[in-house]
Amino acid sequence: MNKYVYMAILCGISIVITFGIRYIPFALFGRGKDVPPKVEYLGEILPPAMMAILVIYCLKSLDLGNLGGFIPEVIGSLAVVSVHLLKRNTLFSIFVGTIVYMLLIRYFAN
Amino acid sequence: MFNYSFKKSIPIMTGYLFIGLAFGILLNSQGFNFLWAAAMALFVYAGSAQFVIVTLMMNKTALPVAALMVFLVNSRHMFYGISFIQRFKSMGKKYWYMIYTLTDETYSVLCQIKDDNRITSQEKNRGMFLVSMLNQIYWVTGCTVGALLGEFLPFSTAGIEFSMTALFVVIFVEQWITWKEKGTHIPAITGIVSAIICLLIFGPDKFILPSIIFTIGILLSFEKKIEFKEIDNE
Repeated sequence: MNKYVYMAILCGISIVITFGIRYIPFALFGRGKDVPPKVEYLGEILPPAMMAILVIYCLKSLDLGNLGGFIPEVIGSLAVVSVHLLKRNTLFSIFVGTIVYMLLIRYFAN
Repeated sequence: MFNYSFKKSIPIMTGYLFIGLAFGILLNSQGFNFLWAAAMALFVYAGSAQFVIVTLMMNKTALPVAALMVFLVNSRHMFYGISFIQRFKSMGKKYWYMIYTLTDETYSVLCQIKDDNRITSQEKNRGMFLVSMLNQIYWVTGCTVGALLGEFLPFSTAGIEFSMTALFVVIFVEQWITWKEKGTHIPAITGIVSAIICLLIFGPDKFILPSIIFTIGILLSFEKKIEFKEIDNE
């Protein structure tokens, strides 16, 4: 199979899988069906837990063995938290954190 | 409402444009032109999964195995809809589009809008739809332009992908503040602790699904003990 055919088939499969995954809760509790109270409760309580997991997910490849492997991520994230607590401006916090991170990885690359 | 949504979507704009650019460049280097990049961005529309697809293609991985990989990479998305079932149901024809475009980043902005008590429920519907659409436009643009430009970018953007991490950190902080008003931090703490424990047990490639399942298990078993006030005006 040449790579274009392979790619086309894999993309087709992936479209179905990706939509399917996102659709699961709606298939179970979507239109015309009642949402059980337990699921309502989960829907209410999951976002903060999910955000925590996503943050750890982004930081999963930290390498504690050398400074350059975790300092940029840790300092960058702390910069985001502190700037955000001070200013409560989403864009500004992301901007500062990203710049801090980009400078630090360049520093450690040398 | 457009200004409100546009503002909410700007953090995603930088992230999606640059990560999209990186994806386009990668895809182009494998011999696929911008039409492929645009089609994948539009129809597959899943950041990490698209990168995985390219890797799978490079290795000519057997299709069933490849399909399983794509499923595992995206599996966390199945839990996002739970928080928006009633909301999306109230959005008429946009229901399908909202489900189809529910990425990590869109989910996190939608969570922000969900808790915004300065706007009405109607405005939330409109705002959420606009954010979902804008985000997809950024992603398609990034991927397409990346494939067109190839490797001719004049400057090093290494590290720009941290803006996505920063976005999740910001929304985590926002959630923390919101839940202070709601009266409990148990959900956030459960998420952190189970993610770290699962990361240590299962390793970086396999921990996300166990941590979500673990978190849901704990939150369900302590349902009676976790008390909070609701502010969502659905």
